[in-house]
Amino acid sequence: MDAFLQQALNGLTLGSIYGLVALGLTLVYGILHVPNFAHGALYMVGAYISYYIMVDLGLNYWIAMLGAGLFVAVLSVLCERLVFHPLRHAPPIHDKIAAIGILLFLEAVVQMHWGSDFRRMPTPYTGILEFGGLVLPAQRLLIIVGAFSIMGALHLYLKKTMTGSTIIAMAQNREGAFLVGIDANRVAMMTFAIAGFLAAVGASLFAPINLVYPAMGHLVIMKAFVIIILGGMGSIPGAIVGGLIIGFAEALGGYYVSSTYKDLIAFVLLVVILSIKPTGLFTKGVR
Amino acid sequence: MDRIANFFASPAMKVVLLAFALIFPLIAGSEYQIYVMALAFIWAIAVYGLNIITGFCGQLNLAHGGFFAIGAYVVAILTVDHGWAFWPAFVASGVFSAVFGFLVGIVSLRLKEHYFAIFTLCVGFIIYLLLDKWEALTHGSLGIINIAPPEGFGLIDFTRTIPFYYLVLFFLVLAIVLVSRISSSLVGRTFLAIRISDDLAQSLGINLMRNKVLAFVLSTVYAGLAGGLYAGVVRFIGPAEAEVVHTFDIITYLLVGGIGTLMGPLVGTMAITWLTQAVQSFEEYRMIVFGPMLVLLVIFMPKGVVGTFLTWRGRRLASKAPAKEGQTRVGDSATSSKEASDNA
Repeated sequence: MDAFLQQALNGLTLGSIYGLVALGLTLVYGILHVPNFAHGALYMVGAYISYYIMVDLGLNYWIAMLGAGLFVAVLSVLCERLVFHPLRHAPPIHDKIAAIGILLFLEAVVQMHWGSDFRRMPTPYTGILEFGGLVLPAQRLLIIVGAFSIMGALHLYLKKTMTGSTIIAMAQNREGAFLVGIDANRVAMMTFAIAGFLAAVGASLFAPINLVYPAMGHLVIMKAFVIIILGGMGSIPGAIVGGLIIGFAEALGGYYVSSTYKDLIAFVLLVVILSIKPTGLFTKGVR
Repeated sequence: MDRIANFFASPAMKVVLLAFALIFPLIAGSEYQIYVMALAFIWAIAVYGLNIITGFCGQLNLAHGGFFAIGAYVVAILTVDHGWAFWPAFVASGVFSAVFGFLVGIVSLRLKEHYFAIFTLCVGFIIYLLLDKWEALTHGSLGIINIAPPEGFGLIDFTRTIPFYYLVLFFLVLAIVLVSRISSSLVGRTFLAIRISDDLAQSLGINLMRNKVLAFVLSTVYAGLAGGLYAGVVRFIGPAEAEVVHTFDIITYLLVGGIGTLMGPLVGTMAITWLTQAVQSFEEYRMIVFGPMLVLLVIFMPKGVVGTFLTWRGRRLASKAPAKEGQTRVGDSATSSKEASDNA
């Protein structure tokens, strides 16, 4: 039973990180209908920037996280302005290829600057908390609390503020949003900024218990895609629920089934689900 | 100017290209260059495969590199672990990638656009993970060494570069001829109709699923056979062959040359291979240039070298025709643009 709870806790940690990354992806998809393959590269750049600020500049963990978030937000907006905006009327295959171009570029730049070796990011929170038989490293607690407070803040922002509701409006109905005078460029830039920020913060939270290397975004982004297909492309609650499902499936599957193949679980789940229901689990009618 | 353009689009150009390919080993500066050319031919075969499903049929398959790796691994496992000779193993690599492609196809092609691209990206990753982790079958991350070379039955020694070059060239020509037959046939036109619009094609009575699966299986067979040849020349392979970077390489070749054109895959593969060779030290960081290039191409020149050339020539012919004979304007421009597209 303890083992089960322990794995469930690990699943919650994984799930909240996956949820953060998937949230950015689903927001961008909702606005532009682009599967942003470069999102994983933004996540990776976020981890490197916060590593740089923390280790090379020797600044505080929280400043590093914020700095990485802002840097990647700007980078993400640049991608939108320079690449996705000019391609908004192109056939759908083009922005997918362009996104792959961005991904390759960012990865190559990071690899040239930092090399391809694995790095470990330190954390100021090394304590271990114990509840009964459960062991909970402080960093994992930080991940769970941090991720869920950011999700909460995002929810409030989208529901309670005017700028937030323009994003929702645009995702719901593009033409309708134009009719009431919503500026599409502003909304698109804001969405990309939020998505980049979420990816970088997710990476900074997760990096201390994982490793930092140029290909670190691959698995995460692919799992994020699995999550938003599970949760319905463009759906915000879907991304969070989907993230938790994949997180739990991986932690429990890795423990009870096979730890060698634990990275396969998400993809096998996707293949099974799409084979049975080609539109994803929670999508409503339209694709 | 026009004469040059006409020559490039004429069948004579293909003869010139073939003649150049045939005498290339004689004029090449070193054996290494012949080897590079042979490898580029192998990649070109894989690019032709991707062109069938992505260029003609309009479905972005991101597992293509994975199918290439499967072809290579079938040859490697059969020759090294089971003592098969190369040629039966090579045939098996085509058969196996067809069967696997069929299975993946019937599941993945029910999905549209983005879902299909994401699904195949995941399939590619599953292939990579399996090759990397399933040690009993694939030797895991160590890879497989000492793969049997193609046997020449005592006549030719395919472990030497020049005979192998001609062998690969033979398969490349075969691949191009087959693609050109397909693209001018009813099947090829059916693929084009599907690319233009699923719904429109369906309303013409086209069986979407059957044709998409056919295009997909054809493309995986191309990829698998290219992988089999690759295993035969390099004779060492590892799970890195299935990395998604190779799929992106293939997409770059296709896009530079011209997606959906007949000669595009060849032009793109040659151009990028020799550009990369020209700046060798930079191969590891080639993506710093390729990445932005991919983006710029998609924005400013989405048809690639060959596609842009054909459009330019078609437009030129169409605007010239009425200037010569003003009265038959409509019919003339129609025939000349048709001519342009036929020569494509």
